[in-house]
Amino acid sequence: MAEIASVQEAVQTLITDHESVALEGFTHLIPQGAGHEIIRQGKKDLTLIRLTPDLIYDQLIGMGLVKKLIFSWGGNPGVGSLHRFRDAVEHQWPRELELEEHTHAGLANRYVAGASGLPFMVMKGYRGTDLLRNTKNAAVIDCPFTGEKVAAVAAINPDTTIIHAQQADRKGNVQLWGITGIQKEAAFSAKKVIVTVEEVVDKIEPRPHAVFLPSFTIDVVCKVPGGTYPSYALDYTKRDNQFYKKWDSISRDRNTFMNWMERHVLQTKNTEEFLRSLEGVVT
Amino acid sequence: MDYTPDEMMTIVAARQLTDGVSCFVGIGLPSAAANLARHLHAPESILIYESGTIGTKPVALPLSIGDEELAETSDTIVPLPEIFNYWLQGNRVDIGFLGGAQIDRFANLNSTVIGTYDNPNVRLPGAGGAPEIASMAKEVFIIMPLKKRAFVEKIDFITSAGFLEGSHSRTDLGFNGSGPSIVITDLGILRPDPESKELTLTELYPGVKEEQVQENIGWKLKIAKNVQVVEPPRDEELQKLRELKKA
Repeated sequence: MAEIASVQEAVQTLITDHESVALEGFTHLIPQGAGHEIIRQGKKDLTLIRLTPDLIYDQLIGMGLVKKLIFSWGGNPGVGSLHRFRDAVEHQWPRELELEEHTHAGLANRYVAGASGLPFMVMKGYRGTDLLRNTKNAAVIDCPFTGEKVAAVAAINPDTTIIHAQQADRKGNVQLWGITGIQKEAAFSAKKVIVTVEEVVDKIEPRPHAVFLPSFTIDVVCKVPGGTYPSYALDYTKRDNQFYKKWDSISRDRNTFMNWMERHVLQTKNTEEFLRSLEGVVT
Repeated sequence: MDYTPDEMMTIVAARQLTDGVSCFVGIGLPSAAANLARHLHAPESILIYESGTIGTKPVALPLSIGDEELAETSDTIVPLPEIFNYWLQGNRVDIGFLGGAQIDRFANLNSTVIGTYDNPNVRLPGAGGAPEIASMAKEVFIIMPLKKRAFVEKIDFITSAGFLEGSHSRTDLGFNGSGPSIVITDLGILRPDPESKELTLTELYPGVKEEQVQENIGWKLKIAKNVQVVEPPRDEELQKLRELKKA
């Protein structure tokens, strides 16, 4: 059964230094608020997993908390580079960053294997690319039935997965909808699961195509309204495309980045204060 | 109406999309071209973004593959394992629309690193959905502005396979899709030679000379016997494109 607790408490008890964490979300429902809490608490030597490491991963990497990144596309969507990620790879600043790189389909299927209790999944991708020879956990094998060459990708089981959803009820059942990406598989493959939500309701009204995560699949549910900013929670908040563009100039320079993090993340207590600190700064 | 090379490129790309096709769209130029086509001659085309939105009909061009505009205007939204396993790998995507940082003479694409993998000069975003789109969409359109540092003899990293070493090296790998059929640039069009699969200049835009294309390509470009000149943008194409960009 999921416990309902503060995100401060959830991060403190469930995120352990040196462990692997997946903060998933594919453009939509990105758990930025929980990511900031990891930064405030200064968790160390993390292995981060996500298909699309975007701004919150750029921040975690730039703050030197990340040892290794397992990913499939590391950019600022529609804008360009993630400068803190690039600085870490190109100049080892603030520290060296180990990479394990996949395709979206490959990493998605690694979660599917992890969620299904299988050692690996098979797929047709990777062949003909240089990724195959640079990436552990992907290999070409023969189909035992037809002999066809297929790619195998190893299961991934994060120590902790964090996702954001629109709603939970008081028992800790969770519902999310809109672009649901890989969140269900990331939650089902993890050893520990934290879900931050926009709202806690008395009773969940089921929606078509929504992902439902029953309380027993989750460890902690935390109410963090606006906790996806600058991403969004469909029907609750809007994506702030201007902020994604603005991040390019904030993150390009090391000092500008550090000052921004100090002012808006380290000196704020929670997501509410973080959002208030941005007023007048963006849009 | 006056137009820019970028507008010409986007309009030429839009013209390639026939009505009713399912098209897996990358963000940026591919997204602009595919949406322009949907607003002009291909209203029944099904645009698929890798966030899992299928049959999207955005009024404004999205900034990212997962903007709420796409979620709110799609026929359905499916999870990522479904979009990649059932739709793309299951052979249900007619056209994959891609760009990249580097391309070589056999239309292989790089979006991973410039320099060596372990010690890159420039770390690019990486693969995303491109490798699977390139190998599994029934046909692939590539759209990239001509620049010497992008059109290179040998790319630093094969992120997405075009025709690999040329001739039958792609078909030997048994991919679902037939590979890139066209590379749309801002000066003209390149297509793979039917036998060798080497990219060949087949069409030029009005007022562009063959030498201009060669100047922006890092290998000795093959040129077709009868290079055609592409029709310039029509007023309605330009107007619609500008409307989309402004919205």
